[in-house]
Amino acid sequence: MKDFQLEVNGERRTVTVDPSTPLLWVLRDGLKMTGTKYGCGIGACGACTVHLDGVATRSCLVPVSLVGARRVVTIEGIARDAVGAAVQDAWVETDVVQCGYCQSGQIMTAVALLKSKPDPSDGEVEQSMGGTLCRCGTYARIRVAVRRASSRAK
Amino acid sequence: MRRFDNTGGMSRRSFLRSSTAAAGGLLVALYVERSAVAAGTAAAPAFPPSAFVTIGADGRIVIMVNRIEVGQGIHTSLPMILADELDADWAAVTAEIAPVADVYKDPILGMQMVAGSTATANSYRQYRELGAKTRAMLVATAAERWRVGADRCRTENSVVYGPSGRSARYGELAADAARRPIPEKVRLKEPGELRIIGKRVRRLDGRAKVDGSQKFGLDLDLPGMKTALVARPPLFGGGVKSFDDKAARAVAGVRDIFQVPLTYGGSGVVVVADGFWPAKQARDRLKIEWDLAGVERADTAALLASYKDKARRTATVAAAIGDAGAIDKLGADRTIVAEYEFPYLAHAPMEPLNTIIRYDRDRAEVWMASMSGTADHLAIAQVLGLPPAKVTCHLLFGGGGFGRRGPLDCHLAREAAAVAKQLPGTAVKLVWTREDDIRGGYYRPMFVHRVQVGIGADGKPAAWKHVIVGQSFMKDSGLPFEPYLVKDGIDHLVVEGTVNHPYTIPNFHLSADHTKVNVPVLSWRSIGHTHNSFVVETMIDELAARAKVDPIEYRLRLLRPEEKRLISSMKLLRDKTAAWRSSLPVGRALGVACGTYYGSGIACAVDVSIENGRPRIHRATAALDCGVAVNPMTIEAQVHSGFVFGLSQLVAGGAITLADGVVEQRNFDRFTPPYMADAPVEIDVHLVPSTEAPTGMGETPVPVISPAVANALAALTGKRYRTLPITKL
Ligand code: FES
Ligand code: FES
Repeated sequence: MKDFQLEVNGERRTVTVDPSTPLLWVLRDGLKMTGTKYGCGIGACGACTVHLDGVATRSCLVPVSLVGARRVVTIEGIARDAVGAAVQDAWVETDVVQCGYCQSGQIMTAVALLKSKPDPSDGEVEQSMGGTLCRCGTYARIRVAVRRASSRAK
Repeated sequence: MRRFDNTGGMSRRSFLRSSTAAAGGLLVALYVERSAVAAGTAAAPAFPPSAFVTIGADGRIVIMVNRIEVGQGIHTSLPMILADELDADWAAVTAEIAPVADVYKDPILGMQMVAGSTATANSYRQYRELGAKTRAMLVATAAERWRVGADRCRTENSVVYGPSGRSARYGELAADAARRPIPEKVRLKEPGELRIIGKRVRRLDGRAKVDGSQKFGLDLDLPGMKTALVARPPLFGGGVKSFDDKAARAVAGVRDIFQVPLTYGGSGVVVVADGFWPAKQARDRLKIEWDLAGVERADTAALLASYKDKARRTATVAAAIGDAGAIDKLGADRTIVAEYEFPYLAHAPMEPLNTIIRYDRDRAEVWMASMSGTADHLAIAQVLGLPPAKVTCHLLFGGGGFGRRGPLDCHLAREAAAVAKQLPGTAVKLVWTREDDIRGGYYRPMFVHRVQVGIGADGKPAAWKHVIVGQSFMKDSGLPFEPYLVKDGIDHLVVEGTVNHPYTIPNFHLSADHTKVNVPVLSWRSIGHTHNSFVVETMIDELAARAKVDPIEYRLRLLRPEEKRLISSMKLLRDKTAAWRSSLPVGRALGVACGTYYGSGIACAVDVSIENGRPRIHRATAALDCGVAVNPMTIEAQVHSGFVFGLSQLVAGGAITLADGVVEQRNFDRFTPPYMADAPVEIDVHLVPSTEAPTGMGETPVPVISPAVANALAALTGKRYRTLPITKL
């Protein structure tokens, strides 16, 4: 067990955990921030996606010991970002969600995409969103919602 | 979270208290008898009075939903139905998932469950009557206050209007209305009077599911709660011989380690820890010696060979229509013989399986996203040795279900109860890691079909002989459903889709061989239709191609006249796809499939090319007739969902295989459901207008998509695809 200082959604947090603990479980079990989801634990589904210094990152693959000073932003904090809020609104308007379980990861991935490419092509959307699994099959509406958020954020 | 008394239901008083606290107002309580909704059934059981609707003094309306939400949209559709008859202000409506209680049982099925696309179909009338009765009580209250006849009042948007400009908001009337008797009979609206039903309404749970606030079972955090993981045997039914937990116990945060029996047979070792990560680390450090002596080692390659062999022989007859010898009278040049192979499939809902139970010796409390609430409730009570009335079950939002959250043997609930029983006073969350889920069995069974079709001079099927080989869910299961679903040795859930195919085929013979294999199986969204429709719809397509008739026209000529909903869907599909079908670019092909499932007809057309050796689905068009479309926005979403889920059996990594008894896939690295690139890029959905009672939609789109895509691929390559998943093109 060891103490780690993290910056999560702009707040400094201290956790005492085993250094091997993935950031995912530090967020969920340690900080009780359960918006970030566990889907596979091996980096294959994207449900656990958070931003580390703005980069979409699968938190199940990042041991807490390697987070360091990077700023962690989760689904609970993404609305404070203008693009984040636009994506969430587009998601609601498009009625994207079904069971909803994958959607934190979808949204975090979409926000990272739109922040780096405000007007992505269809191919770029598929490329960026293509690795985040949705077992409910909301993909067609995700495409629409990303486009809607893109024109909204401009 | 609502709390309940221990009667197994909610007493009127406890509900009054809880709703007063929750909504700051009083409630309109309704006592619904089963006879009221399932007209014609015998005397209604004496349900405790309970409530589906709460109207606060502030006008806020809370509607209880007697089904869990797993993505299908029922959390919005049932409230819409009730709110429409209530003439409620939709903006003031919120919904809550009802707990396990008699009053929330499905009025037709007699239990709480999410299965068979029954929710809207079975509860449509129930929720309309609930709304109408509540409205009548509010109107009667206003009429009494104003000393006018109720017939002189009308309602709109949560307001009762009376003569001479009088009006009262529902919130002002609710407290008095709650004291009135519940009317026996109410008039329901005529189709033209409906205001909410039929509108595109966004989901009530939409916002909570985009800001991370929606809690699933895996997210619940109860005081002092522990996480439990079970180390499961490498073979189904294997047991623990001995184990060494020294290294495991050295992991910080581990609280307990012990052996538990598993429902399917055999046993495992459970690790209980402060959180997921310590539990996982400890489980990885367990040294377990397994007792695998005499355990059958299923092997899918060997099974395939034996199934193919069995498929050459007639088995238990499921259908025998016309002349069994008709097929032999047609020469080889007029006969197609085809063998189809289908693998085991995992459901893999996105939220890994979990159940939370706190056992307090004389009572217990459960939190679960169960698709069979009633059965799981009873199973937990049985394992804990408590009367059901002492076990309170809260039902939760589920991160996907597809059948997996309602296993017929209740093993998720039973195993969680067996663990919780060892830890009285502690809430225990039993979690299945993704590996546990993928390797854990309860799959869609593996099947082989062998079909011989004799073609008449008119190009239509003159004789059809069909054998299905694979495991049954029900036969010899001893489950309560068995007598309803197994008739004359045939499990309907194995043959559905073929036995009741929609076409005119004068000589039709179907038999099935229900094999016994040591792999637990479970219904998988749309159950038997997944493989049966693939066979029927690809074969019909092959016949159409041989007859050189357009696949839509061919089907329209062959559909039995009583398939009204399917015919109307197919005609709508023909019209809606006319433009794109006639202008397909080079390298792209049309694929068509259709069927009637859960009372609804659906026809589907896809536009497909091959890119990087994989099917690329540029567009999928669906036309369907599901009676009244309660929420077209949800129906459209269910088509998207059903299509992607149906493609699970087509995508290259979509199979579960076993070698020498061991499942070869572990996680989403080797068992890969469809990702965005595998899904149709665009989906358009068209509904046949209807005023008939609604029928099922949650599973209806699943069976048609993969045969439609396989048919398009056949058009592109000239090859027929009869082995799923399609691993190479
Ligand atoms: S949980 Fe991290 S990628 Fe699946
Ligand atoms: S919405 Fe259910 S997994 Fe994506």
